Amino acid sequence: MVQINLPENSKVKKGKYYKDTTGSKNIRKVNIYRWDPSSGENPRIDTYEVDMDNCPSKVLDLLNKIKNEIDPSLAYRRSCSHGVCGSCAMNMDGKNGLACTKPHAEIDGDINIYPLPHLKVKKDLIGDLSILYKQYESIEPWLKTNKKVETKEIYQSREDRSKLDGAYECIMCACCSTACPSYWWNGDKYLGPAVLLQAYRWIIDSRDDERKERLKKIADEFKLYRCHTIMNCTNACPKGLNPAKAIAEIKKMLATS
Amino acid sequence: MSSYKIIDHEYDVVVLGAGGSGLRAAVGLSEAGLKTACISKVFPTRSHTSAAQGGISAALGNMGEDDWRWHMYDTVKGADWLGDQDCIEYLCKEAPRAVIELERYGVPFSRTEDGKIYQRPFGGMTKNYGNETVQRTCAAADRTGHAILHTLYGQALKHNTEFFIEYFALDLLMKDGACKGLIAWNLDDGTIHRFRSHITIIATGGYGKIYYSSTSSHTCTGDGNAMILRAGLPLQDMEFVQFHPTGIYGHGTLISEGVRGEGGYLVNSKGERFMERYAPKAKDLASRDVVSRSIAIEINEGRGVGKEQDHVHLHLSHLDPKVIEERLPGISESSRLFANVDVTKEPIPVVPTVHYNMGGIPTNYKAEVMTVNGSEKTVPGLMAIGEAACVSVHGANRLGSNSLIDLVVFGRAAAKRAAELIKPGTPHEEISESETEKCLERFDKLRNANGENKTADLRLAMQKTMQLKCAVFRTDKTLKEGINDIRKSFDGMESISVKDKSLIYNTDLVETLEFDNLIRQAIITMDSAYQRKESRGAHARDDFPKRDDEKFMKHTLSWCNGKETKIDYRPVHKTTLTSDVQYFPPQERVY
Repeated sequence: MVQINLPENSKVKKGKYYKDTTGSKNIRKVNIYRWDPSSGENPRIDTYEVDMDNCPSKVLDLLNKIKNEIDPSLAYRRSCSHGVCGSCAMNMDGKNGLACTKPHAEIDGDINIYPLPHLKVKKDLIGDLSILYKQYESIEPWLKTNKKVETKEIYQSREDRSKLDGAYECIMCACCSTACPSYWWNGDKYLGPAVLLQAYRWIIDSRDDERKERLKKIADEFKLYRCHTIMNCTNACPKGLNPAKAIAEIKKMLATS
Repeated sequence: MSSYKIIDHEYDVVVLGAGGSGLRAAVGLSEAGLKTACISKVFPTRSHTSAAQGGISAALGNMGEDDWRWHMYDTVKGADWLGDQDCIEYLCKEAPRAVIELERYGVPFSRTEDGKIYQRPFGGMTKNYGNETVQRTCAAADRTGHAILHTLYGQALKHNTEFFIEYFALDLLMKDGACKGLIAWNLDDGTIHRFRSHITIIATGGYGKIYYSSTSSHTCTGDGNAMILRAGLPLQDMEFVQFHPTGIYGHGTLISEGVRGEGGYLVNSKGERFMERYAPKAKDLASRDVVSRSIAIEINEGRGVGKEQDHVHLHLSHLDPKVIEERLPGISESSRLFANVDVTKEPIPVVPTVHYNMGGIPTNYKAEVMTVNGSEKTVPGLMAIGEAACVSVHGANRLGSNSLIDLVVFGRAAAKRAAELIKPGTPHEEISESETEKCLERFDKLRNANGENKTADLRLAMQKTMQLKCAVFRTDKTLKEGINDIRKSFDGMESISVKDKSLIYNTDLVETLEFDNLIRQAIITMDSAYQRKESRGAHARDDFPKRDDEKFMKHTLSWCNGKETKIDYRPVHKTTLTSDVQYFPPQERVY
């Protein structure tokens, strides 16, 4: 029988153990994926004992506490800390989400924190999103209009505007795309839920004059039709959006046009 | 410093920062055919512009009569007469065009019944020179900043702007008082990049992170401001720090002024709508400094809510749930996540929270950086826009929704001016290696620092000092103590430690460089506040409760070399740009 193993240098090893030094009675163990490209060493899982009595409620607070008080070398992206910038997307307790909005109290037992799955890791919890960003560019995320008058807004009815709700709010955190098995498999060719949701946002914008061309451009067995309605994307979205539905709408538009 | 690999680039213009103003400038520069690089320490849509909620002001008149002159008057008054009226005229006159442009870029604005851009009431925005509330703030629900930022990034892609993303800028390259480019560190592969440019545009945002509790992103560390200081140039009006009246208690998350715009109101522990006492006419829609001070007084006099009586309540449960769902969905989500509150049923616990820096890099209305040497002079090759800049259109206090409009109006102005100044294809001057050496020396010293003090501890001490000694109300005593205490955090850098010595995504070093940037701004904020012995806008002195136009109708300029500072002043511009409008002479400021 064929045996499939990770390459030797990708095997995750047991890392350092940071014992609590505060004497707190309320300790939780936090296991974090670590990898430093400069070291030449394998990835490892470091374990930190954290005093939960003095830790605010979200996973990002926990990470900040570790970085500030225990181990400043821990690398992760973070910015707004209230769920609008999309920087701190990661895998917590086996689920993708934003560290700044995920309460650690929702996690039972040890807290396991990994980078978003199936991305090339840059360092520790920082994943490489460059392919996703390229794909975002490829859907041409800007308004294409033939209307020439430039002194007035393009009118849009409330009803037409409401069609953008659930699509324009996307923060491009990539939680959905990196939760999608089809994207894991064909991430270089399949656009994935995050980018397709954005494609949909421009397709249904009543002000845009190139709906047909936009649809035609993504009507491709890889770009669009690798979506097999697994629905992990919708489950994963930390903003409560529904990329799976948007993809279904695109397919429907193509089927009926 | 030869151990660092240096990669050279040449561009007509380098834009530092990819938030709202940086992206708008980059779009304009690309349109003008200038070879443009846009450098950012975060991916553009992660910029702090994404956190702006309520809207963007412009006298479109979609919801009743409006006039850009009324907008100008409101801004002058909001600024407590510290704004330069020529610049404010430019801002308000250009605003409608800038918003229409954003709409045509694709911003998903909320709509009126007849399909126009929806506008909501906002603090300090009035009709007919202060007479009644006007609806001037254009909104995309309560996610206006996010919508604008994503749209502008799309436009930049459309115009093939060259981005350098996750590059951390270190220092400006100066030669004979002119800027010739900058040096940045590529976090992705650890290389050092030297960008030569005819014009460098700083769009690095504010420095809210000098405070312990702020609505600012972790990245709001004023890196460009600090680069200016290290280049021997001054910053302006740094004592003016805006406290937003409604940050979520305990967490600091912003709750948009749009909540009060849509009819929400503040209540103390006695159940009183206390703003009626402080601002009989505008009530909860007085300007932010007024509302923040009123809340602080309520709390100080024992009428705060909660166990510690240290905050107040923001009510919106009386609003139609449909209005909340359609126009305030974002703050409903934030309140649930960070205050555990269902806004349709319960009030939100709020407290004044550091939100915006009126101060920054002095510029004229064309976005050219200014300094004073006997008289006002522009600095060749250097521009600043957005929150990093102090044009000054916000003066002593910014009105809500005037920051987003500032970003796009002056982002555009900078691009326009750069296109006038640069002839495409002009060759670049040689610059001596000593500038690069000096920059990398600082970088290398911090990277290899093995002292006793953790960056996080020094940062925390700085933030607590600012929070305690330079808050909503200030006195001679607190500021004197502050001047002393803040320098202790600076001295701590002598023995700072950086554990991670690598060059790739070394966030330990990034935070240390950011602290080095923050502490200089904290020092001059404190010093400038101490020197301004009056109360004006966001700068409220218990010991000098009145505005003093005779002595202090002037901009503070502050230089900083290490912990040594120099303070000087320049007069406020008392003329308008054109004869379309008259100068608004100072009046008593009542809402």
